[in-house]
Amino acid sequence: MSDRAVGAAGGPVLEARRHFWLVDFFIRLVREKPMGTFGGVIVLILLVVGIFADLLAPFGYNYINLKAIMVPPSAGYILGTDNIGRDLLSRIIHGARISMYVGLGAATLDVVVATLIGLISGYFGGKVDLILQRFVDAVIVFPALFFYLAVMAIVGPGLLQVIFCIGILTGIGSSRLVRSAVMGAKQNVYVDAAKSIGSSNARILIRHILPNVFAPIIIIFTIAMGAAIIAEASLSFLGFGIPPPIPSWGGMLSGPSRKYMVDAPWMAIWPGLALSLVVYGINMFGDALRDLLDPRLRGGVGGMGAYGSERASKALAKRTEKGLRARAQKSE
Amino acid sequence: MRGYLVRRFILLIPTLFIVTIMVFLVVRFVPGNVIDMMAAEMSNLGEATTEAEIDIEWVRQKLGLDVPVHVQYGRWIGGIILHGDLGNSLWTQRPVIDDLRARIPVTFELSLMSLIISILIAIPVGVYSAIRQDTMGDYVGRTFAIAGLAIPNFWLGTMIVVLPAIYWGWSPPIEYIPLVDDVSGNLGQFIIPAIIMGTGTSAGLMRMTRTMMLEVLRNDYIRTAWAKGLTERVVVLRHALKNASLPLITILGARIPGLLGGAIIMEQIFCLPGMGRLMIAAINNRDYPIISSVNLIMAIIVMVCIIITDISYAYVDPRIRYR
Repeated sequence: MSDRAVGAAGGPVLEARRHFWLVDFFIRLVREKPMGTFGGVIVLILLVVGIFADLLAPFGYNYINLKAIMVPPSAGYILGTDNIGRDLLSRIIHGARISMYVGLGAATLDVVVATLIGLISGYFGGKVDLILQRFVDAVIVFPALFFYLAVMAIVGPGLLQVIFCIGILTGIGSSRLVRSAVMGAKQNVYVDAAKSIGSSNARILIRHILPNVFAPIIIIFTIAMGAAIIAEASLSFLGFGIPPPIPSWGGMLSGPSRKYMVDAPWMAIWPGLALSLVVYGINMFGDALRDLLDPRLRGGVGGMGAYGSERASKALAKRTEKGLRARAQKSE
Repeated sequence: MRGYLVRRFILLIPTLFIVTIMVFLVVRFVPGNVIDMMAAEMSNLGEATTEAEIDIEWVRQKLGLDVPVHVQYGRWIGGIILHGDLGNSLWTQRPVIDDLRARIPVTFELSLMSLIISILIAIPVGVYSAIRQDTMGDYVGRTFAIAGLAIPNFWLGTMIVVLPAIYWGWSPPIEYIPLVDDVSGNLGQFIIPAIIMGTGTSAGLMRMTRTMMLEVLRNDYIRTAWAKGLTERVVVLRHALKNASLPLITILGARIPGLLGGAIIMEQIFCLPGMGRLMIAAINNRDYPIISSVNLIMAIIVMVCIIITDISYAYVDPRIRYR
């Protein structure tokens, strides 16, 4: 409220520019993070294509036309057909739906598991934390793909199995981030205040701690989404993810598409491009989100922007350049 | 320092215990139909002569599944600790440890080579990107890094196997060449998958290098170094990079599980007989002792790497004194 200015006419001037926080967020995104906006658009396209796959695809994902086997990209089949005469464009579009399910499903599960473990471990601390963290440690020491494969060997292939396997296992790993955020939030005076007036642990956790660790949770969600899509594609590529004929981008890259790669390279090129583009988009969007939401994490592994403000980094560059030029002159 | 290490190792024991239980459960939750499958397979092979011998109970007993779970665990863990015996393959009846002994070096070599390649790419590009921030070179480096993060390894690998085959009729060797037989042949075989894995890994590392360098370059002692009239090379390499490299060690340690996991895909595409291929073959055969042993070994390798990372962190940074 402190920034509310009073105009010449006496009415509040800045009041009109105040929006719902989400609108504010989008304005900042578009203004400050052009690449992040671009990534966001890609994510949006993925969602739209995934939701309306049935309307957008010219053919069914498993519609076989034996007269059109391995047709190169042409007017009838924009991206060509595969080795048993299925339209690749339709399969890519339906594959977007699968990637969307996996991305959103696994990321949601990831966040739920991470939040549950993180809240309990971080808030209660002590023995609970010590024991819980040993379990978390035990899960994260397994190289992810080996562990996924072992679990998939027991539960068998399938979409739901993939989502649960990836979501829960990555969630256990991400719980460490939530835990450290919770441990930070626990230090606040208002938590002590809530305790002193006799709030229950559940109330403190939900009303006071959870809202304060929301930024890292959103960041975990975007990271998990990209990682889950890649993990599903890797599993399907190896033949342990989503069984054919369901069109998973990773599955489309394995088996036949590698066998017929010399004759029909488009069979492997399009799913790979789709996958790269979507993961790129999610990464860019996630980075922008991280920068905008959580100033403390700025400049971490994913931060593409300069550390600190743009202006400060430009000033440094200018200073460095000036110094270099001065020394060059001196040596001449 | 010693006290810290002792504590670290003590904390490892419960973790290791949980790891063994998880790995053990993978074997013992063998779906029943696998035993049926084996019994059927054995009768096909003519190993069991009479009907009574392909009795499911007999198979259960042979696999040691007829005693209570805690006894099974005791036997299994006892075998590992006392004899280094990870059990036998369900199908070949060969000790799993023999298979592992042949496979670990392949995965290790592949991971190590890609780790080295990723460092060789990431550090120079990251440093260059930071000291020439917002120039053409910086943009090229960053674009490369994002591409490396987004392009899936298995797609790049497939393309690299197939596209040269189309245009130049060249394809990577299918047969595995052991290092002891032919050093250059072996390295030539590993270098392409290692480069693919290395570039993927280097992306994150490069971004981290760049951010850390940008941060360090802003410090007062860097300004002092410039003011002393030191050359750019000395300022960047001796003053900035040395300090920026500390967090990189942690990142490097954190990459190791990912590298080992990524090896599965590269081994599959480039036909290298490593742990990943062993794992996939074992899953296809429902050979559970191999699946659990591979995971156990992998987990132990990662644990050791984490400890080494922590120790080297303390070793490089004199400010860190674990107590």
